[in-house]
Amino acid sequence: MSWETVIGLEIHAQLATRSKIFSGASTAFGAEPNTQACAVDLGLPGVLPVVNADVVRMAVRFALATDAAITQRSQFARKNYFYPDLPKGYQISQMALPIVGEGAVTVTVSEGEEKTINITRAHLEEDAGKSVHDLFNGQTAIDLNRAGTPLLEIVSEPDMRSAAEAVAYARHIHALVRYIDICDGNMQEGSFRCDANVSVRPSGQSEFGTRAEIKNLNSFRFLERAILFEVERQIDLLESGHSVVQETRLYDADNDETRSMRSKEEANDYRYFPDPDLPPLVVESSFIDEVRSTMPELPKIRRARFIEEHKLTPSDADALMSDRVNAEYFESVIAQKPDNKSVSPKLAANWINGELSGRLNKENLSLQDSAVKPERLAQLLARIEDGTISGKIAKQVFDEMWSSQANADDIIESKGLKQITDTSAIEAMIDDVIAANPSQVAEYQGGKEKLLSFFVGAVMKASKGKANPGQLNQLLRDRLKKG
Amino acid sequence: MALSTDDIRQIAHLARIGLDESAIEPLRDDLSTVLNLVEQLNAVDTAGVEPMAHPGNAELRLREDKVSEQDQRDALQAPAPATEQGYFLVPRVIE
Repeated sequence: MSWETVIGLEIHAQLATRSKIFSGASTAFGAEPNTQACAVDLGLPGVLPVVNADVVRMAVRFALATDAAITQRSQFARKNYFYPDLPKGYQISQMALPIVGEGAVTVTVSEGEEKTINITRAHLEEDAGKSVHDLFNGQTAIDLNRAGTPLLEIVSEPDMRSAAEAVAYARHIHALVRYIDICDGNMQEGSFRCDANVSVRPSGQSEFGTRAEIKNLNSFRFLERAILFEVERQIDLLESGHSVVQETRLYDADNDETRSMRSKEEANDYRYFPDPDLPPLVVESSFIDEVRSTMPELPKIRRARFIEEHKLTPSDADALMSDRVNAEYFESVIAQKPDNKSVSPKLAANWINGELSGRLNKENLSLQDSAVKPERLAQLLARIEDGTISGKIAKQVFDEMWSSQANADDIIESKGLKQITDTSAIEAMIDDVIAANPSQVAEYQGGKEKLLSFFVGAVMKASKGKANPGQLNQLLRDRLKKG
Repeated sequence: MALSTDDIRQIAHLARIGLDESAIEPLRDDLSTVLNLVEQLNAVDTAGVEPMAHPGNAELRLREDKVSEQDQRDALQAPAPATEQGYFLVPRVIE
């Protein structure tokens, strides 16, 4: 029997505010335990939550970026359960009336394969604190610094049919929330984490199978591995005549498997009710307009513009869109007019996605910290386009630009890297190489045409890489033909 | 609506309230009476009435995103039964 996988994701994006969702305590990561947990976060008697306006703005930004409905009157609710890192005995969340309603995103699953994933809702809630079980013998240590940190929980429809689609969707949302500046996306620090609802059903069946929820996947690799394992586990169960139990499971990366989390099972009765401390959250259209006016050009629009206006391939455009800073750098490069004209967008994209990205990765830097700014890169690219230097020499110039503040033109001049385009100079070098390699010449003329690259390499070496490659090729062929 | 004694045990467990066996039966009667009272509301036709999440006409007031709370850990931890190295300590919670 063949099986179809069905996956829905719940993504918790920590909103990038300075203070908490309901209190004025700091959200900065890495502080000493409990130094950023105030009376409101601790749920002490007599305190009242007051909602952070930026949290609402960020939820609206997300709604605008995913074509989602915005609930004009949304409501906070209490989700009741007991756990030591939840001091109030309830988490303030949203249930019946979430601030963001139905939306959708179109994600690239693989080159040329796109898929639209529907988003059911996105709601605001507070994070819990952290429990540390291995610090003190026989006791659990509680740090409430994270308690009250704002989260946007983004719930997808069960629209994904493979681990690859789930990863593509998660990556898309990850890039999007960073792009619209609502989440730093730092997965190591837990700013972006996924729960996956996974089930399988016989191909062709319309009802869903029983699902398991895998909690707290904090990397794309773990998300993929956990789904692959879980699908196999469920198929094995069903094919051996057993059934899947609806439950919460944890992914154990060390053993690459998912495990049942029975301890949480019995508590799955949260008795939600509207939080009496918090009247409805009203989002006026003037508020939405104000937020809209501060939005960057949306990724899908910018990506389409890169493809249509600048004639980039979809994969080049995707690479530039992986980070807003990359996209802006690209636009800045092609806005430069080093010789009163723009450089080719294709060439600029290649260099940003290739040489520049590679160098930044190697040195663990982000594009903001690049030693080579857009105007300097544009000048270098202009020299490739006008034939002053070859692409290969340009890499050498780029290295030099990286370690010095010099401009491309100065480096080309001072190092004598200008391309040799003088036909007679190239021909003289060709003559020398031919004279020095009579046996290869004979072989070539005997039909071993692959040897052309040997001659090209030899002349290139003699020219210290400066011979114009196109000219060199042509002149070599002509010369060798003559014999 | 009549509650079962198991319902009472479950509710008590969710609320972390310890109950003597002898208290269960009277509580079952009392809570069932309360539920029956509230159930009378089901007789009202509420078609076309928007669900009310909050009484009154209040709307949420928002505050600007500013850090206004300073560290008061020592004062806040003073009433805690056990603390160490800045952490609150609780009986071990087995995951």
